[in-house]
Amino acid sequence: MFDDLRDLYQEVILDHGKHPRNFGKPEAFNRMARGENPLCGDKINVYLTIGPDGLVNDAHFDGRGCAISQASASLMTETLKGKTEAEAEALFGHFHDMCTKDDHEHTDHGHLDPEAVEKLDVLSGVREFPMRVKCATLAWHTMHAALEGDEKTTTE
Amino acid sequence: MDTRILTNAPYDVEKVRQDFPILTRLVHEKPGRPGKPLVYLDNAASAQKPRAVIDAMANFMAHDYSNVHRGVHYLSQVATNLYEATRVKTATFLNAPSPDTIVFTRSATEAFNLVASSWGGTHLKAGDEIILSVMEHHANIVPWQLLRSRTGIVIKVAPVLDDGTLDLDALARLLESPKVKLVSITHGSNVLGTVTPAAEIARMAHAAGAKVLFDGSQAAVHMPVDVQAIDADFYIMTGHKLYGPTGFGVLYGKAELLESMPPYQGGGDMIQTVTFEETTFREVPHRFEAGTPPIVEGIGFGAAIDYVTALGMGAIHAHEQRLLAYATEKLQAIPGLRIIGTSPTKAAILSFTIEGVHPHDIGTLVDRAGVAVRVGRHCAEPLMDRFGVGATARASFALYNTEAEADALVDAVRAVREFFN
Repeated sequence: MFDDLRDLYQEVILDHGKHPRNFGKPEAFNRMARGENPLCGDKINVYLTIGPDGLVNDAHFDGRGCAISQASASLMTETLKGKTEAEAEALFGHFHDMCTKDDHEHTDHGHLDPEAVEKLDVLSGVREFPMRVKCATLAWHTMHAALEGDEKTTTE
Repeated sequence: MDTRILTNAPYDVEKVRQDFPILTRLVHEKPGRPGKPLVYLDNAASAQKPRAVIDAMANFMAHDYSNVHRGVHYLSQVATNLYEATRVKTATFLNAPSPDTIVFTRSATEAFNLVASSWGGTHLKAGDEIILSVMEHHANIVPWQLLRSRTGIVIKVAPVLDDGTLDLDALARLLESPKVKLVSITHGSNVLGTVTPAAEIARMAHAAGAKVLFDGSQAAVHMPVDVQAIDADFYIMTGHKLYGPTGFGVLYGKAELLESMPPYQGGGDMIQTVTFEETTFREVPHRFEAGTPPIVEGIGFGAAIDYVTALGMGAIHAHEQRLLAYATEKLQAIPGLRIIGTSPTKAAILSFTIEGVHPHDIGTLVDRAGVAVRVGRHCAEPLMDRFGVGATARASFALYNTEAEADALVDAVRAVREFFN
Protein backbone atom coordinates (compact mmCIF):
# COMPACT_ATOMS: atom_id res chain seq x y z
CA MET A 1 0.00 0.00 0.00
CA PHE A 2 2.84 2.39 0.80
CA ASP A 3 5.54 1.31 -1.67
CA ASP A 4 6.10 4.79 -3.02
CA LEU A 5 6.67 6.08 0.51
CA ARG A 6 9.91 4.13 0.81
CA ASP A 7 11.75 7.17 -0.57
CA LEU A 8 10.63 9.09 2.49
CA TYR A 9 10.68 6.32 5.05
CA GLN A 10 13.91 4.53 4.18
CA GLU A 11 15.04 1.66 6.38
CA VAL A 12 17.73 3.85 7.96
CA ILE A 13 15.07 6.36 8.94
CA LEU A 14 12.75 3.75 10.37
CA ASP A 15 15.66 2.34 12.34
CA HIS A 16 16.79 5.71 13.72
CA GLY A 17 13.17 6.67 14.35
CA LYS A 18 12.59 3.57 16.41
CA HIS A 19 16.01 3.44 18.05
CA PRO A 20 17.33 6.99 18.15
CA ARG A 21 21.05 7.35 18.89
CA ASN A 22 22.39 9.82 21.47
CA PHE A 23 18.92 10.05 22.98
CA GLY A 24 18.50 11.49 26.47
CA LYS A 25 19.79 14.41 28.47
CA PRO A 26 23.52 14.00 29.16
CA GLU A 27 24.99 14.74 32.57
CA ALA A 28 27.23 17.45 31.19
CA PHE A 29 26.76 19.86 28.32
CA ASN A 30 27.45 23.54 27.77
CA ARG A 31 24.97 24.52 25.06
CA MET A 32 21.32 23.60 24.81
CA ALA A 33 18.17 24.78 23.11
CA ARG A 34 14.56 23.74 23.03
CA GLY A 35 12.77 23.50 19.71
CA GLU A 36 9.10 23.21 19.03
CA ASN A 37 6.95 22.62 15.99
CA PRO A 38 3.56 24.05 16.98
CA LEU A 39 1.86 22.45 14.00
CA CYS A 40 2.29 18.90 15.23
CA GLY A 41 3.28 19.41 18.85
CA ASP A 42 6.77 18.02 18.42
CA LYS A 43 9.20 19.18 21.07
CA ILE A 44 12.90 18.56 21.12
CA ASN A 45 15.89 19.50 23.25
CA VAL A 46 19.38 19.53 21.79
CA TYR A 47 22.38 19.34 24.13
CA LEU A 48 25.87 20.14 22.88
CA THR A 49 29.26 19.96 24.50
CA ILE A 50 31.73 22.30 22.86
CA GLY A 51 35.32 21.60 23.84
CA PRO A 52 38.02 24.17 24.54
CA ASP A 53 39.30 23.48 21.03
CA GLY A 54 35.95 24.71 19.65
CA LEU A 55 34.89 21.27 18.43
CA VAL A 56 31.54 19.66 19.11
CA ASN A 57 32.68 16.92 21.47
CA ASP A 58 29.26 15.54 22.14
CA ALA A 59 25.68 15.97 20.94
CA HIS A 60 22.50 14.56 22.42
CA PHE A 61 18.80 15.16 22.11
CA ASP A 62 15.54 14.21 23.73
CA GLY A 63 11.88 14.94 23.17
CA ARG A 64 9.11 13.44 21.15
CA GLY A 65 8.15 13.58 17.55
CA CYS A 66 7.38 11.67 14.41
CA ALA A 67 9.68 9.12 12.81
CA ILE A 68 11.11 11.77 10.50
CA SER A 69 11.96 14.26 13.24
CA GLN A 70 13.38 11.62 15.58
CA ALA A 71 15.49 10.05 12.85
CA SER A 72 16.69 13.44 11.68
CA ALA A 73 17.71 14.41 15.22
CA SER A 74 19.44 11.09 15.73
CA LEU A 75 21.40 11.31 12.47
CA MET A 76 22.27 14.92 13.21
CA THR A 77 23.85 14.12 16.56
CA GLU A 78 25.95 11.45 14.87
CA THR A 79 27.22 13.79 12.19
CA LEU A 80 27.97 16.70 14.50
CA LYS A 81 30.58 15.06 16.68
CA GLY A 82 34.08 16.30 15.96
CA LYS A 83 32.94 19.23 13.83
CA THR A 84 33.80 22.85 14.37
CA GLU A 85 30.91 25.21 14.95
CA ALA A 86 31.41 26.56 11.42
CA GLU A 87 31.27 23.03 10.00
CA ALA A 88 28.12 22.29 11.99
CA GLU A 89 26.48 25.44 10.64
CA ALA A 90 27.59 24.53 7.13
CA LEU A 91 25.93 21.13 7.49
CA PHE A 92 22.76 22.84 8.70
CA GLY A 93 22.79 25.06 5.62
CA HIS A 94 23.35 22.09 3.36
CA PHE A 95 20.69 20.02 5.08
CA HIS A 96 18.16 22.82 4.79
CA ASP A 97 18.92 23.18 1.08
CA MET A 98 18.65 19.43 0.60
CA CYS A 99 15.17 19.39 2.13
CA THR A 100 13.83 22.45 0.34
CA LYS A 101 15.69 23.04 -2.94
CA ASP A 102 16.67 21.29 -6.15
CA ASP A 103 20.36 20.39 -6.45
CA HIS A 104 21.25 23.27 -8.77
CA GLU A 105 19.74 25.79 -6.32
CA HIS A 106 21.98 24.81 -3.42
CA THR A 107 24.14 27.62 -2.10
CA ASP A 108 27.79 27.29 -1.11
CA HIS A 109 28.00 26.71 2.63
CA GLY A 110 31.76 26.25 2.78
CA HIS A 111 33.52 23.01 3.57
CA LEU A 112 31.20 20.04 4.04
CA ASP A 113 32.27 16.71 5.44
CA PRO A 114 31.47 14.29 2.56
CA GLU A 115 30.79 11.43 4.98
CA ALA A 116 28.23 13.49 6.87
CA VAL A 117 26.62 14.63 3.63
CA GLU A 118 26.24 11.04 2.51
CA LYS A 119 24.76 10.00 5.81
CA LEU A 120 22.21 12.80 5.78
CA ASP A 121 21.18 12.03 2.22
CA VAL A 122 18.67 9.39 3.43
CA LEU A 123 16.45 12.30 4.45
CA SER A 124 16.44 13.96 1.03
CA GLY A 125 13.07 12.29 0.35
CA VAL A 126 11.28 14.92 2.42
CA ARG A 127 11.88 17.29 -0.49
CA GLU A 128 8.80 15.69 -2.07
CA PHE A 129 6.73 16.22 1.09
CA PRO A 130 6.59 19.96 1.76
CA MET A 131 4.36 19.44 4.81
CA ARG A 132 7.04 17.28 6.40
CA VAL A 133 10.11 19.46 5.83
CA LYS A 134 9.67 21.05 9.24
CA CYS A 135 9.77 17.63 10.85
CA ALA A 136 13.19 17.00 9.34
CA THR A 137 14.65 20.43 10.03
CA LEU A 138 13.41 20.91 13.60
CA ALA A 139 16.48 19.32 15.19
CA TRP A 140 18.83 21.37 13.01
CA HIS A 141 17.09 24.64 13.78
CA THR A 142 17.34 23.75 17.44
CA MET A 143 21.02 22.88 17.12
CA HIS A 144 21.59 26.21 15.37
CA ALA A 145 19.79 28.01 18.21
CA ALA A 146 21.95 26.20 20.75
CA LEU A 147 25.11 27.36 18.98
CA GLU A 148 23.74 30.89 18.80
CA GLY A 149 22.82 30.82 22.47
CA ASP A 150 19.05 31.07 21.93
CA GLU A 151 17.42 28.67 24.31
CA LYS A 152 14.10 28.47 22.51
CA THR A 153 13.32 28.11 18.87
CA THR A 154 10.48 27.11 16.66
CA THR A 155 10.04 25.93 13.11
CA GLU A 156 6.91 28.01 12.64
CA MET B 1 -40.64 16.47 19.81
CA ASP B 2 -38.81 18.18 17.01
CA THR B 3 -40.43 17.00 13.81
CA ARG B 4 -37.23 17.65 11.89
CA ILE B 5 -35.68 14.50 13.30
CA LEU B 6 -38.50 12.28 12.11
CA THR B 7 -37.86 10.73 8.75
CA ASN B 8 -39.22 7.73 6.93
CA ALA B 9 -37.29 7.83 3.68
CA PRO B 10 -34.29 5.50 3.62
CA TYR B 11 -30.99 7.36 3.50
CA ASP B 12 -29.44 6.78 0.09
CA VAL B 13 -25.80 7.70 0.59
CA GLU B 14 -24.78 6.79 -2.97
CA LYS B 15 -27.33 9.23 -4.30
CA VAL B 16 -26.16 11.85 -1.81
CA ARG B 17 -22.57 11.41 -3.00
CA GLN B 18 -23.56 12.36 -6.52
CA ASP B 19 -24.37 15.83 -5.18
CA PHE B 20 -20.70 16.42 -4.31
CA PRO B 21 -18.55 16.84 -7.42
CA ILE B 22 -15.24 16.55 -5.57
CA LEU B 23 -16.00 13.05 -4.35
CA THR B 24 -15.35 11.55 -7.78
CA ARG B 25 -11.80 12.85 -8.03
CA LEU B 26 -8.64 10.85 -7.57
CA VAL B 27 -5.65 11.92 -5.49
CA HIS B 28 -1.91 11.28 -5.89
CA GLU B 29 -2.17 10.78 -9.63
CA LYS B 30 1.15 10.67 -11.47
CA PRO B 31 2.13 9.59 -14.95
CA GLY B 32 2.23 5.81 -14.88
CA ARG B 33 0.54 5.61 -11.52
CA PRO B 34 -3.22 5.51 -11.15
CA GLY B 35 -4.66 7.81 -8.54
CA LYS B 36 -6.52 6.71 -5.44
CA PRO B 37 -10.18 7.51 -4.92
CA LEU B 38 -10.53 10.31 -2.40
CA VAL B 39 -11.69 9.12 1.03
CA TYR B 40 -12.38 12.43 2.70
CA LEU B 41 -12.49 12.05 6.48
CA ASP B 42 -11.37 15.54 7.46
CA ASN B 43 -14.87 16.94 7.71
CA ALA B 44 -14.46 18.35 11.19
CA ALA B 45 -11.85 20.70 9.73
CA SER B 46 -14.03 21.62 6.78
CA ALA B 47 -16.68 19.80 4.78
CA GLN B 48 -16.98 19.45 0.99
CA LYS B 49 -19.59 21.38 -0.96
CA PRO B 50 -22.64 20.07 -2.77
CA ARG B 51 -23.42 21.20 -6.31
CA ALA B 52 -26.39 23.13 -4.90
CA VAL B 53 -24.07 25.41 -2.91
CA ILE B 54 -21.56 25.83 -5.73
CA ASP B 55 -24.33 26.64 -8.21
CA ALA B 56 -26.15 29.01 -5.87
CA MET B 57 -23.03 31.11 -5.42
CA ALA B 58 -22.13 31.06 -9.12
CA ASN B 59 -25.69 31.85 -10.20
CA PHE B 60 -25.94 34.65 -7.70
CA MET B 61 -22.77 36.24 -9.04
CA ALA B 62 -23.85 35.65 -12.65
CA HIS B 63 -27.41 36.97 -12.32
CA ASP B 64 -28.30 38.67 -9.05
CA TYR B 65 -25.15 40.20 -7.61
CA SER B 66 -25.08 43.62 -6.02
CA ASN B 67 -24.22 45.13 -2.68
CA VAL B 68 -26.96 44.79 -0.08
CA HIS B 69 -28.94 46.97 2.34
CA ARG B 70 -28.22 50.33 0.75
CA GLY B 71 -29.08 50.69 -2.90
CA VAL B 72 -32.42 51.73 -4.33
CA HIS B 73 -31.78 50.01 -7.61
CA TYR B 74 -33.35 46.78 -8.72
CA LEU B 75 -30.43 44.41 -8.15
CA SER B 76 -29.71 45.86 -4.74
CA GLN B 77 -33.19 44.84 -3.69
CA VAL B 78 -32.87 41.40 -5.29
CA ALA B 79 -29.54 40.76 -3.58
CA THR B 80 -30.80 42.08 -0.24
CA ASN B 81 -33.85 39.83 -0.37
CA LEU B 82 -31.73 36.78 -1.16
CA TYR B 83 -29.16 37.59 1.50
CA GLU B 84 -31.77 38.27 4.17
CA ALA B 85 -33.57 35.06 3.22
CA THR B 86 -30.52 33.26 4.59
CA ARG B 87 -31.17 34.89 7.95
CA VAL B 88 -34.68 33.47 7.97
CA LYS B 89 -33.38 30.04 6.96
CA THR B 90 -30.74 30.17 9.69
CA ALA B 91 -33.33 31.07 12.31
CA THR B 92 -35.49 28.14 11.19
CA PHE B 93 -32.47 25.83 11.15
CA LEU B 94 -31.63 26.64 14.77
CA ASN B 95 -35.28 27.13 15.75
CA ALA B 96 -34.47 30.66 16.85
CA PRO B 97 -37.52 32.74 17.79
CA SER B 98 -36.81 35.43 15.19
CA PRO B 99 -34.40 36.20 12.33
CA ASP B 100 -33.44 39.30 14.31
CA THR B 101 -31.67 37.06 16.81
CA ILE B 102 -29.30 35.85 14.08
CA VAL B 103 -26.07 37.82 13.62
CA PHE B 104 -23.89 37.00 10.63
CA THR B 105 -20.13 37.01 11.12
CA ARG B 106 -17.20 36.04 8.95
CA SER B 107 -16.44 32.93 10.98
CA ALA B 108 -17.30 31.19 14.22
CA THR B 109 -14.05 32.62 15.55
CA GLU B 110 -15.28 36.14 14.85
CA ALA B 111 -18.53 35.33 16.64
CA PHE B 112 -16.60 34.36 19.78
CA ASN B 113 -14.59 37.55 19.59
CA LEU B 114 -17.80 39.51 19.13
CA VAL B 115 -19.40 38.09 22.27
CA ALA B 116 -16.22 38.38 24.32
CA SER B 117 -15.59 41.93 23.23
CA SER B 118 -19.12 43.34 23.09
CA TRP B 119 -21.01 41.40 25.75
CA GLY B 120 -18.00 40.49 27.89
CA GLY B 121 -16.49 43.94 27.58
CA THR B 122 -19.59 45.61 29.00
CA HIS B 123 -21.14 42.97 31.28
CA LEU B 124 -18.04 41.54 32.96
CA LYS B 125 -15.74 43.26 35.39
CA ALA B 126 -12.55 42.39 37.24
CA GLY B 127 -13.02 39.30 39.38
CA ASP B 128 -16.05 38.01 37.49
CA GLU B 129 -15.69 34.37 36.55
CA ILE B 130 -16.39 32.58 33.33
CA ILE B 131 -16.30 28.82 32.95
CA LEU B 132 -14.86 27.08 29.88
CA SER B 133 -14.19 23.37 29.52
CA VAL B 134 -10.88 21.66 28.93
CA MET B 135 -12.08 20.45 25.53
CA GLU B 136 -12.60 23.89 24.03
CA HIS B 137 -11.23 24.88 20.66
CA HIS B 138 -8.73 27.71 20.90
CA ALA B 139 -11.42 29.98 19.42
CA ASN B 140 -13.33 29.62 22.69
CA ILE B 141 -10.25 30.17 24.83
CA VAL B 142 -8.12 32.92 23.39
CA PRO B 143 -10.81 35.64 23.00
CA TRP B 144 -11.56 35.25 26.72
CA GLN B 145 -7.88 35.48 27.56
CA LEU B 146 -7.68 38.70 25.56
CA LEU B 147 -10.68 39.97 27.52
CA ARG B 148 -9.03 38.84 30.76
CA SER B 149 -5.95 40.92 30.01
CA ARG B 150 -8.19 43.97 29.44
CA THR B 151 -10.65 43.57 32.31
CA GLY B 152 -9.25 41.14 34.87
CA ILE B 153 -11.95 38.48 34.57
CA VAL B 154 -11.15 35.02 35.92
CA ILE B 155 -11.26 31.94 33.67
CA LYS B 156 -12.20 28.62 35.29
CA VAL B 157 -11.97 25.31 33.46
CA ALA B 158 -14.43 22.45 33.76
CA PRO B 159 -12.71 19.08 33.34
CA VAL B 160 -13.77 15.99 31.42
CA LEU B 161 -13.93 12.40 32.61
CA ASP B 162 -11.59 9.80 31.17
CA ASP B 163 -14.06 8.87 28.44
CA GLY B 164 -14.27 12.49 27.34
CA THR B 165 -17.64 13.20 28.92
CA LEU B 166 -18.00 16.63 30.50
CA ASP B 167 -17.62 16.34 34.28
CA LEU B 168 -20.99 17.77 35.35
CA ASP B 169 -20.23 17.36 39.05
CA ALA B 170 -17.13 19.48 38.68
CA LEU B 171 -19.09 22.01 36.65
CA ALA B 172 -21.68 22.18 39.45
CA ARG B 173 -18.92 22.87 41.97
CA LEU B 174 -17.50 25.65 39.81
CA LEU B 175 -20.99 27.13 39.56
CA GLU B 176 -21.22 27.38 43.34
CA SER B 177 -19.17 30.57 43.13
CA PRO B 178 -21.47 33.59 43.03
CA LYS B 179 -19.02 35.33 40.71
CA VAL B 180 -19.72 33.12 37.69
CA LYS B 181 -21.34 35.19 34.94
CA LEU B 182 -20.92 32.95 31.90
CA VAL B 183 -20.48 29.32 30.96
CA SER B 184 -18.97 29.12 27.48
CA ILE B 185 -18.71 25.54 26.42
CA THR B 186 -18.70 23.34 23.37
CA HIS B 187 -21.86 21.58 22.25
CA GLY B 188 -19.67 19.05 20.46
CA SER B 189 -15.92 18.54 20.82
CA ASN B 190 -13.90 18.76 17.62
CA VAL B 191 -11.41 16.25 19.01
CA LEU B 192 -13.33 13.85 21.24
CA GLY B 193 -16.65 14.03 19.43
CA THR B 194 -18.31 14.40 22.83
CA VAL B 195 -21.77 15.95 22.58
CA THR B 196 -22.45 17.83 25.78
CA PRO B 197 -25.87 17.87 27.51
CA ALA B 198 -26.64 21.44 26.46
CA ALA B 199 -30.08 21.74 28.07
CA GLU B 200 -28.71 20.42 31.37
CA ILE B 201 -25.71 22.77 31.26
CA ALA B 202 -27.98 25.74 30.49
CA ARG B 203 -30.28 24.81 33.38
CA MET B 204 -27.31 24.59 35.76
CA ALA B 205 -25.83 27.87 34.53
CA HIS B 206 -29.13 29.73 34.73
CA ALA B 207 -29.82 28.40 38.22
CA ALA B 208 -26.49 29.90 39.20
CA GLY B 209 -27.37 33.21 37.60
CA ALA B 210 -24.93 32.78 34.71
CA LYS B 211 -25.45 33.05 30.97
CA VAL B 212 -24.52 30.22 28.67
CA LEU B 213 -22.83 30.20 25.28
CA PHE B 214 -22.51 27.05 23.19
CA ASP B 215 -19.93 26.42 20.51
CA GLY B 216 -21.99 24.59 17.90
CA SER B 217 -19.27 24.55 15.23
CA GLN B 218 -19.30 20.75 15.29
CA ALA B 219 -22.63 19.84 16.88
CA ALA B 220 -24.83 21.84 14.52
CA VAL B 221 -23.54 19.94 11.49
CA HIS B 222 -24.13 16.51 12.98
CA MET B 223 -27.56 16.76 14.62
CA PRO B 224 -30.70 18.89 14.88
CA VAL B 225 -30.21 21.90 17.15
CA ASP B 226 -33.01 23.82 18.86
CA VAL B 227 -31.62 26.87 20.64
CA GLN B 228 -34.92 27.47 22.44
CA ALA B 229 -35.24 23.89 23.67
CA ILE B 230 -31.74 23.96 25.14
CA ASP B 231 -32.32 27.55 26.33
CA ALA B 232 -29.01 28.85 24.95
CA ASP B 233 -28.24 32.50 25.56
CA PHE B 234 -25.71 32.45 22.73
CA TYR B 235 -25.10 29.79 20.11
CA ILE B 236 -22.30 29.93 17.56
CA MET B 237 -21.86 27.94 14.37
CA THR B 238 -19.87 28.13 11.17
CA GLY B 239 -20.81 27.79 7.52
CA HIS B 240 -17.94 25.84 6.01
CA LYS B 241 -18.40 22.80 8.21
CA LEU B 242 -22.09 22.69 7.23
CA TYR B 243 -21.20 22.14 3.55
CA GLY B 244 -21.31 25.90 2.92
CA PRO B 245 -18.54 28.31 1.92
CA THR B 246 -15.74 29.62 4.09
CA GLY B 247 -15.97 33.16 5.41
CA PHE B 248 -19.38 32.84 7.01
CA GLY B 249 -20.32 32.34 10.65
CA VAL B 250 -23.44 32.65 12.75
CA LEU B 251 -24.10 34.04 16.20
CA TYR B 252 -27.51 33.42 17.74
CA GLY B 253 -28.25 35.54 20.78
CA LYS B 254 -31.35 36.06 22.86
CA ALA B 255 -32.96 39.34 21.82
CA GLU B 256 -32.59 41.06 25.17
CA LEU B 257 -28.90 40.14 25.31
CA LEU B 258 -28.16 41.41 21.84
CA GLU B 259 -30.08 44.59 22.63
CA SER B 260 -27.87 45.15 25.66
CA MET B 261 -24.64 44.93 23.66
CA PRO B 262 -22.72 47.76 21.99
CA PRO B 263 -21.42 47.41 18.44
CA TYR B 264 -18.43 45.14 17.93
CA GLN B 265 -16.89 46.89 14.95
CA GLY B 266 -17.68 50.25 13.45
CA GLY B 267 -18.21 51.03 9.80
CA GLY B 268 -20.81 51.22 7.11
CA ASP B 269 -24.08 49.29 7.17
CA MET B 270 -24.27 49.22 10.99
CA ILE B 271 -25.16 52.91 11.44
CA GLN B 272 -28.29 55.01 11.31
CA THR B 273 -26.74 58.45 11.07
CA VAL B 274 -23.16 59.58 11.24
CA THR B 275 -21.83 63.02 12.03
CA PHE B 276 -18.39 63.79 13.33
CA GLU B 277 -20.00 64.65 16.65
CA GLU B 278 -22.16 61.60 17.07
CA THR B 279 -23.23 58.38 15.40
CA THR B 280 -26.35 56.36 16.05
CA PHE B 281 -26.42 52.68 15.36
CA ARG B 282 -28.85 50.47 13.56
CA GLU B 283 -31.07 47.97 15.27
CA VAL B 284 -30.05 44.41 16.17
CA PRO B 285 -28.71 42.35 14.40
CA HIS B 286 -27.37 44.87 11.86
CA ARG B 287 -25.61 46.80 14.61
CA PHE B 288 -23.08 43.94 14.72
CA GLU B 289 -22.52 43.70 11.00
CA ALA B 290 -20.16 46.48 10.00
CA GLY B 291 -19.09 46.87 6.42
CA THR B 292 -20.13 45.02 3.29
CA PRO B 293 -20.98 41.55 4.55
CA PRO B 294 -19.89 38.27 2.96
CA ILE B 295 -22.82 38.40 0.55
CA VAL B 296 -21.93 35.57 -1.83
CA GLU B 297 -20.99 33.39 1.12
CA GLY B 298 -24.34 34.17 2.72
CA ILE B 299 -26.12 32.99 -0.42
CA GLY B 300 -24.04 29.81 -0.36
CA PHE B 301 -24.75 29.25 3.31
CA GLY B 302 -28.47 29.60 2.66
CA ALA B 303 -28.21 26.96 -0.05
CA ALA B 304 -26.30 24.70 2.34
CA ILE B 305 -29.08 24.99 4.91
CA ASP B 306 -31.65 24.17 2.23
CA TYR B 307 -29.57 21.16 1.24
CA VAL B 308 -29.17 19.60 4.69
CA THR B 309 -32.75 20.45 5.61
CA ALA B 310 -34.02 18.59 2.56
CA LEU B 311 -32.01 15.54 3.61
CA GLY B 312 -33.12 16.04 7.20
CA MET B 313 -30.70 16.70 10.07
CA GLY B 314 -32.25 13.74 11.87
CA ALA B 315 -31.54 11.44 8.93
CA ILE B 316 -28.01 12.81 8.63
CA HIS B 317 -27.47 12.21 12.34
CA ALA B 318 -28.74 8.64 12.10
CA HIS B 319 -26.52 7.91 9.09
CA GLU B 320 -23.42 9.31 10.79
CA GLN B 321 -24.17 7.45 14.01
CA ARG B 322 -24.25 4.18 12.07
CA LEU B 323 -20.89 5.05 10.53
CA LEU B 324 -19.46 6.02 13.92
CA ALA B 325 -20.49 2.72 15.49
CA TYR B 326 -19.14 0.77 12.54
CA ALA B 327 -15.79 2.58 12.38
CA THR B 328 -15.35 2.55 16.16
CA GLU B 329 -15.76 -1.22 16.33
CA LYS B 330 -13.32 -1.82 13.48
CA LEU B 331 -10.68 0.59 14.76
CA GLN B 332 -10.90 -0.72 18.30
CA ALA B 333 -9.99 -4.17 17.04
CA ILE B 334 -6.57 -2.93 15.90
CA PRO B 335 -3.92 -3.77 18.52
CA GLY B 336 -2.16 -0.74 19.97
CA LEU B 337 -4.82 1.66 18.76
CA ARG B 338 -6.31 3.97 21.38
CA ILE B 339 -9.44 5.98 20.73
CA ILE B 340 -9.39 9.30 22.57
CA GLY B 341 -12.99 10.15 23.44
CA THR B 342 -15.46 7.36 24.04
CA SER B 343 -18.38 9.27 25.50
CA PRO B 344 -21.76 7.53 25.08
CA THR B 345 -23.02 10.69 23.37
CA LYS B 346 -20.74 11.41 20.47
CA ALA B 347 -20.74 12.99 17.06
CA ALA B 348 -19.03 11.03 14.29
CA ILE B 349 -15.50 12.10 15.15
CA LEU B 350 -12.78 9.57 15.95
CA SER B 351 -9.48 10.71 17.42
CA PHE B 352 -6.90 8.02 17.90
CA THR B 353 -3.28 7.22 18.50
CA ILE B 354 -1.28 4.13 17.60
CA GLU B 355 1.33 2.88 20.00
CA GLY B 356 4.80 3.58 18.65
CA VAL B 357 3.64 5.59 15.63
CA HIS B 358 3.46 9.36 15.65
CA PRO B 359 0.17 10.84 14.31
CA HIS B 360 2.09 12.79 11.68
CA ASP B 361 3.44 9.57 10.24
CA ILE B 362 -0.07 8.08 10.34
CA GLY B 363 -1.36 11.08 8.40
CA THR B 364 1.29 10.92 5.70
CA LEU B 365 0.86 7.18 5.23
CA VAL B 366 -2.92 6.91 5.12
CA ASP B 367 -2.95 9.88 2.76
CA ARG B 368 -1.08 7.69 0.26
CA ALA B 369 -4.02 5.33 0.40
CA GLY B 370 -6.23 8.29 -0.50
CA VAL B 371 -7.54 8.71 3.04
CA ALA B 372 -7.58 12.33 4.23
CA VAL B 373 -7.47 12.68 8.01
CA ARG B 374 -6.32 15.47 10.25
CA VAL B 375 -3.29 15.01 12.46
CA GLY B 376 -1.96 17.29 15.14
CA ARG B 377 -3.39 19.13 18.08
CA HIS B 378 -6.64 20.24 16.45
CA CYS B 379 -6.53 23.74 17.97
CA ALA B 380 -7.16 22.12 21.35
CA GLU B 381 -3.79 22.01 23.06
CA PRO B 382 -5.10 21.87 26.66
CA LEU B 383 -7.10 18.78 25.72
CA MET B 384 -4.00 17.07 24.33
CA ASP B 385 -2.32 17.67 27.68
CA ARG B 386 -5.38 16.31 29.52
CA PHE B 387 -5.09 12.99 27.72
CA GLY B 388 -1.30 12.95 27.80
CA VAL B 389 -0.82 12.90 24.07
CA GLY B 390 1.18 15.33 21.96
CA ALA B 391 -1.17 14.94 19.04
CA THR B 392 -3.76 12.60 17.61
CA ALA B 393 -4.97 11.43 14.23
CA ARG B 394 -8.61 12.30 13.66
CA ALA B 395 -11.12 10.82 11.26
CA SER B 396 -14.35 12.80 11.09
CA PHE B 397 -17.39 11.65 9.13
CA ALA B 398 -19.94 13.57 7.14
CA LEU B 399 -23.29 12.95 5.52
CA TYR B 400 -21.61 11.58 2.35
CA ASN B 401 -19.24 9.06 3.93
CA THR B 402 -19.79 5.33 3.60
CA GLU B 403 -18.95 2.11 5.40
CA ALA B 404 -16.61 1.28 2.52
CA GLU B 405 -14.70 4.48 3.33
CA ALA B 406 -14.52 3.48 6.98
CA ASP B 407 -13.07 0.18 5.76
CA ALA B 408 -10.51 2.06 3.68
CA LEU B 409 -9.46 3.97 6.78
CA VAL B 410 -9.19 0.81 8.84
CA ASP B 411 -7.18 -1.01 6.14
CA ALA B 412 -4.82 1.94 5.83
CA VAL B 413 -4.35 2.18 9.60
CA ARG B 414 -3.62 -1.55 9.80
CA ALA B 415 -1.03 -1.14 7.05
CA VAL B 416 0.54 1.75 8.98
CA ARG B 417 1.07 -0.51 11.96
CA GLU B 418 2.70 -3.15 9.79
CA PHE B 419 4.88 -0.55 8.08
CA PHE B 420 6.35 0.58 11.37
CA ASN B 421 6.74 -2.89 12.86
